[in-house]
Order: sequence, then C-alpha cells, then structure tokens
Amino acid sequence: MAAPKKGRSASAQSRPGRSLALILIAIVALTGGMFLSGHTTPRLGIDLAGGTSITLRAEAEPGQESAINKTNMDTAVEIMERRVNGLGVSEAEVQTQGDKNIIVNIPKGTNSKEARDQVGTTAKLYFRPVIATEVTGAAATTSPSPSPSGSATDKATDKATSSSSPSATGTPSATSTTQGRAAADALKADPTPSTSASSSASPSASASPSGSADTSKLEAQYAALDCTDKTARAKAGDGSKPSESTIACGQNAQGQWQKYILGPAEVDGTDVDEAEAVFDTQTAAGWTVTMKFTGEGRKKFADITGQLAQNQSPQNQFAIVLDNDVVSDPYVSQALTGGNAEISGNFDQESAQSLANMLSYGALPLTFSEDSVTTVTAALGGEQLKAGLIAGAIGLALVVIYLVVYYRGLSLIAVASLLVSAALTYVIMSLLGPAIGFALNLPAVCGAIVAIGITADSFIVYFERVRDEIREGRTLRPAVERAWPRARRTILVSDFVSFLAAAVLFVVTVGKVQGFAFTLGLTTVLDVVVVFLFTKPLLTILARRKFFASGHAWSGLDPKRLGAKPPLRRTRRPAGPVDPKEA
Amino acid sequence: MSKIGNLGARLHRGEVGYDFVGNRKIWYGLSILITITAIVGLAVRGLNMGIEFQGGAVFTTPKTSVSVSQAQEYAEEASGHDAIVQKLGDGKLRIQVAGIETKEADRVSAELAKDLKVDENDVTGELVGPSWGEQIANKAWQGLGIFLVLVVIYLAIAFEWRMALAAFVALIHDITITVGIYALVGFEVTPGTVIGLLTILGYSLYDTVVVFDSLKEQTKDITKQTRWTYSDVANRSINSTLVRSINTTVVALLPVAGLLFIGGGFLGAGMLNDISLSLFVGLAAGAYSSIFIATPLVADLKEREPQMKALRKRVLAKRAQAAAKGEPLDAGHVEEPLDDEPDDAAPAVVGPRNQPASRSRGRGRPSGKRR
Repeated sequence: MAAPKKGRSASAQSRPGRSLALILIAIVALTGGMFLSGHTTPRLGIDLAGGTSITLRAEAEPGQESAINKTNMDTAVEIMERRVNGLGVSEAEVQTQGDKNIIVNIPKGTNSKEARDQVGTTAKLYFRPVIATEVTGAAATTSPSPSPSGSATDKATDKATSSSSPSATGTPSATSTTQGRAAADALKADPTPSTSASSSASPSASASPSGSADTSKLEAQYAALDCTDKTARAKAGDGSKPSESTIACGQNAQGQWQKYILGPAEVDGTDVDEAEAVFDTQTAAGWTVTMKFTGEGRKKFADITGQLAQNQSPQNQFAIVLDNDVVSDPYVSQALTGGNAEISGNFDQESAQSLANMLSYGALPLTFSEDSVTTVTAALGGEQLKAGLIAGAIGLALVVIYLVVYYRGLSLIAVASLLVSAALTYVIMSLLGPAIGFALNLPAVCGAIVAIGITADSFIVYFERVRDEIREGRTLRPAVERAWPRARRTILVSDFVSFLAAAVLFVVTVGKVQGFAFTLGLTTVLDVVVVFLFTKPLLTILARRKFFASGHAWSGLDPKRLGAKPPLRRTRRPAGPVDPKEA
Repeated sequence: MSKIGNLGARLHRGEVGYDFVGNRKIWYGLSILITITAIVGLAVRGLNMGIEFQGGAVFTTPKTSVSVSQAQEYAEEASGHDAIVQKLGDGKLRIQVAGIETKEADRVSAELAKDLKVDENDVTGELVGPSWGEQIANKAWQGLGIFLVLVVIYLAIAFEWRMALAAFVALIHDITITVGIYALVGFEVTPGTVIGLLTILGYSLYDTVVVFDSLKEQTKDITKQTRWTYSDVANRSINSTLVRSINTTVVALLPVAGLLFIGGGFLGAGMLNDISLSLFVGLAAGAYSSIFIATPLVADLKEREPQMKALRKRVLAKRAQAAAKGEPLDAGHVEEPLDDEPDDAAPAVVGPRNQPASRSRGRGRPSGKRR
C-alpha cells in the first residue's frame, strides 16, 4: 500500500487533475456569467411566483356571431398556447373562461408586452395583388411641404431600381433570399407620377379594377382613406372577405403611410408551411421573416406571381397583408416558383421572431381584444412553499447523514459531487430563464429532488464497485481504476434511458410536459458530466492520499471493515492481464 | 454501519442472500394483490381530476382583507373541491374551483360572499375551460407511446427482449400502483401529478436497467458452466446489487419523504402532498419492482429457453451426482466465466473454492467484478 502521497503526475490513462480543473472552470465561468447577466435566481413559474393574467375577449365580426363557439375557442387556446409557449418551458397557462374569454397567465419576469402581442394578434395572413397604391397624408407627416414627399419618392425610386436588378437577373427558382429580397425591397413607394406628386389625387390606376361591382364604392373609400389617422387605419378594410377586393394601409421603408386597393387574396396563411426569422447579413435588410409554402401554396404563389409579373406597375406588386395591415408590398418581375417567400419590413429581432412564430402556428380563428391585464399572486402560498423548502432541506440533511454513516470518508466525495451537481443545475437554470424563457415550477422542483436520487445513484454504483474490488483484495488505486469501466457502463446505459425519455417527450409534447422533459434531460446530462468530470477524477486523486489508500477506518474503504479477502487469495491469482477493458 | 458494511461484504461473498427468484411466487402474488387493489380503487373511486384538466368555475371577488390561505379554506369548504386562490393586482381575489357546474357555482358564489363578507352581487362566477386541454394531453400520450416503444426497442437491443418485456411489466406495475393509490387517497390530479408520474416512469426504468446491467454481466457466459442455473445466477446478481439498490432507494426516498411527512404532515405544506405522495409511492414501487418483479420475471422467461432448460438439466444432474457421491463438487473443472470480460474473468478461472458448493449455491463467487 505504498501509494505515493503526492502522485500528481498525470498517469497515462487518466488525467484527473485536468478534468477537475475543467469542471471547476466551467462552474466558475457559468457562475460568473450568471452574476454578469444579473439573473441570479431561476425564473419561477406562475405557481411559485405569480405573474400577469391577461383576459382576452373574442370579438364577433358582424354577421358572424356564431363563429364564437367552443370549437373555435378551443382552437384559439391551442394556438395561443403554442405561440406563448414556443419552446415549451415558459410555463404559461392558457384557458377559456366563460363563453367568450380566454385567460392567459404568464409568469413574472416574462416580457408581458411581447406576450400580449403574441397571444392577441390574430395573424391572418393574405397575399393580395396590389391594384392601386399611393402615399397618403403627406401633409400630416413631419414636414408639411410637398417637396419632402417628392424627394422621398425619388429615393424610393432609386432604391427600387437598384434593388430590382437581382430579381431581374435571377432565375425563377433562385433562392428565397434573392427573390424575396428583390421583391420585398422594391417599390416601397409608387414611382408613377400620378401618386408621387400629389397626396390626394385620384389614383391613376383606377381604371384597372373595373369590372367589379363594388369598384366605385371601394374607390370612394380609398379616396377618403387617410392612413396617417390611427382610427381610420384601424378601420380600413374591416370586415372585408378574403375573396373580395379591399383597401388597406401600410408603412413604407421611409416610415410613410401608404394606402392600397388590393385584389382578392390569392394565397393565405394556411398555405404557409413554416416561417422563420432570419437576420439578413448580405443585403443589410436586417431582420426578415422567410416563409416556406406548402405544396399547394407553392403552386398558388407561382401562379399569382406569374400573372403579376406581366402587369404594369403598381399592378405587378403584391401585398403581404397581416391582420389588414400591409406589412410588405414587393413587386414581381417573374413567376416565383421556389416555394419560398420573404417578408421584409421594419422588423427587429423580437418582432420578426414573433411574426414567424405566429405564421408557423397559424392564425387565430377569431379576433380577440384585450379585456383586462392584471397581476396575480402565486397560486401556492409563500408559507407553504417555505415549509416545503424546509422539509426538502431536512430530507437532504438526512441523505447527507446517511451517506456519512454508510460511506464515511467516501461520503465527502458523494456530497461534494452532489453539491457540484446542484450548483451546476442552479446556475444553468438561472441562465436559461432569460435565454429561452425557462421557468421553474413546483413539479420541476420536485423533479430536481428526485434527480438527487439518480445523481447519487451514479456515485453509489461506482463506490460499490470500488468496494467490491477491495473486497477482492486489491489495493485502492487499482480498485478505483478497475471499477470505473463497469460502473461507467452501468451509468451510461441507465442514464441513456432517462435521456431518451426526456428527448422524446421534449420533441413530441407541448406545455408543462415539455418543460418537465427539459428538466429531466438537463439533470441527466449533468449527472453524466459530474460523474465523469468530477466524481471519478476526485476519487482517483483521493485514492493517492494516505487516509484513503491505507484504508483508514473512517475512509469508508477499510479493507477489514469491508471484509476483504485475505491477501493469501491473491497468491492464487493468475498473472492475467489486469487492464480494465473499456466498456 | 459496521453491521451494514458486513452485510455488504457477506452479500458480496454470497454468504448471505435472499432467494428472490425462488420465492418469486410470493412476490408476484403480493404485487398482483396490490395491483388489483389499485385497479379496483381506480374503478370504484375514479380519479379526481383537477381544474387544469376538467375546467371548473372561477370566482372573482371584490377587494377583501381576507388572506389567500383563508379564502382557500372557505372556497374548499363551500365547494368541497380543491381551490386555487390568487390575489389579483387590485386586491381582488381570483378563486378557481374544479368540477362544478353552473347551478352549483351560484351556490358556491353566495357562500363565498358570505364567508368573505362581501356583497353577493360583487362576486362574479364564470365557468373556465381546462388549461391542460385535450391537445396537451393527447400530445403527452403520444410522447409516452413513442418513448415506450423506443425504450422497449432499446432494451431489446442493449439487453434482450425478455428483459425489455420484464422492464415494461415492472413499469406498468409501478404506474398502476401509484395511480391506484392516488385514486384511493382521493387527491386531486394536477399537472404536478402527471409530471410526478412521468418522473416515476423514468426512475422505474432507470432502476430496472441498473439491476439488469448487473444481471446481463453475470449471465454472459452462463452456458459454459454447469454449476448454476440461470435462476441461481439471477438471484445472486440481485443480491450483489442489493446494497446499491438499498442505498439508492434510501437516498432517493429521503428527500421525498421529507416533503411528504415533514412538509405535508407537520409543517402544513399541503400543496406538496399530491406530488410528493405520487413520487414516494412510485419510487418505492420502482425500487421494489426492479428486484422483486423484473429480475425474477426475466429468470422465468429465460428458463423457458431450450438452452437454459438444458443447462438446468445438467446442473441438476450434476448436483444429484454430487449429492450421491456425498462429496463436494470438485471445482477443478468448474469454471465460472460468468463475468463478461475475459481479462476480468481470468481470476475466476481459478475458481476452486474449498467450500462445498452444495452447501450454498450463492457461495463461491468467482471474482469481485460484479454488481
């Protein structure tokens, strides 16, 4: 048992010091990051910390009162749930209340304004051909003189020509970015003289929508429409059916309001398969939302763009209309058959992501208005929570006592490993709060408590292996090395099952179950990390200490206490290979 | 400790051991009994679903000085169901109660108004839908289904189909018992309960896999020896992992027991009861079933294999022969390459023990590389 007291030189097969340093650096770095980010506690779920409660009321559209029914309300709840719980870990709750209301509860610390926008926006998306458009209310913009309006138009024209080239040269099946970019950026303002010069002149394009019965009425509305007026804007196109022409407002790249007469919707939100927020680095367009169409949507989109491309401006433009607002009005120079489209507008990261989110999860079947917004306290009383925490702490103390009594010196390693594991879990959960909206709720806390058992099991499996080796008469250092491969296999095989559960549940499910799966996956991965990078190296290092190596009565590795076989037995061992096979 | 420590050593050497496989019928019987009780409890009493699943009513009271916990008491008294009480920003209370209909809601609302000393007309009651809607539930079931299929496939590949089947049976056993006890105790099922059940599912499988890993290791070369039947080896495998199983179970159960008995029992943290009860029962059942159900079940299934039948025949013949001769089995030709790696098994080849094997079949363990 002449274990070198300070065998610091890393042996060939294991470099315990390095692993330990690695995990300690990781802990320090993560903790430092946690303090730097200022989020030193995990974000708590609504059951533990309370939050904000939003009541939304379904608004019946005239003549469609029957649309507010159970099916539509349930669909709306589902869609809102997905929107607000995008990643499934933010623990928001959505439920119907009464016949017309939906309550959305979001935990404290969530950006409640963003959440309100997300749940309340209907997100009805249409692609409509532009029949006429012009900048409105030039007088109402910052500078009253007509000249800025003219210069803005010039700028827009320049921009349109410069950015139109990629589209003109591109092949019809070019990548979405090229197509969308060219299309989206072009013609933010209408360069035709009739609309650019005057703000109220009758649109020169008025001839085109002829043939429609409502044309004159629509034209009158269009002429009267002043998009700089907020209420007028909100009312524009209200109650219009997708199959009819309508009027709408939109803001161009110069921040000016523009009004439109739009044809019937050719493609709508249900034709969008998935949408994604993309930061465009190539053309400096900033944040955009790219959409992938379904098979049918792709065909429709190719058809409409093919038709539009033959028209004269502005009728070669189509408008992307979201909840009656024109978000983007790209022009088309050829049929776009790539099955992709891009919306560019004045997006920042958040608005682009939430729009993409909404488009992906679909439009609400009903329109909702915000009824009330109020804070709510935690559903679980603070005193109860405190009692629960005390009880949990007592339970943990009992665990430590048990480990000390049973494993003695080894319990140091076990407790230290548990502490490392706990520290990592805490820090990572704290960091995930702001990063992905992770919120810790009561079931997750309980899950973490059970994770103590699973984490401790890894040490126990290993310790028992080591003790078995000692019982066979080995000295500590070989025992530690020989026990590892097998313990490691057991740990990996069993943790894999837990991880499988976490991964499947995370991918398939939504809401709270997804949140749980996330916690389970996190603790399982941390278990493996801690055992590999902390417990094992620490034991290897400590095995060199005299206290453990000599089998001190309090080391928990006393061969006598363990009932090791007398050394005599070792003489009968064949000189077989001793290197532990990597399992 | 020394006693337990000695026990560990003796278990390790096979000097002591409980015949888990031999007595399996008793444990099967016990489990079937508990499972039937659980199923009957479930059938008779049914599960008491919380507001998150079935909806209920929500009452909004005007500003009141009554505390949240008091209001909760009142609401539970008035309705006979669990209530969730939240204080709103403007001092109003929102009280959600599961499982009441419009008619009942009026009565509860009146009673609440009386308890809270506010005007009855100021207490508004509305029905609320479930926040854990069908879609969430369906997705959860779907996820569970996919996971179970995958885990059975994984276990069938990593181990073998018999072990996969046994692990699956043990899993169903644990879940049934937990759900049954839930029905019997009558706690309301909340999303927390479901999460608790999923936790148990994970733990039960985890624990079973740890035990099976040892079983697989010890039975790897079982057909190359004639001293032990599969059941013997399986039994020894359980015994050798027993210390680990006990320690792990204690460590996993202590914090949960703390929550359940100290938190729920003494400190009055009632809301923790439902989760910690499901966890406590489930963890205990999970540890129990790995040892008493899953492994004996594997042994049962294995013994049906022709190879294992032949082995059993040989072993029994050998034992009979030895008994007839009245002499201990000479270990000279008995090899115990039961460990999985040849290099580790090397010491075991030397095998001869000076104790007669007939005295105790768990005896004479080859080498220490087992668990």
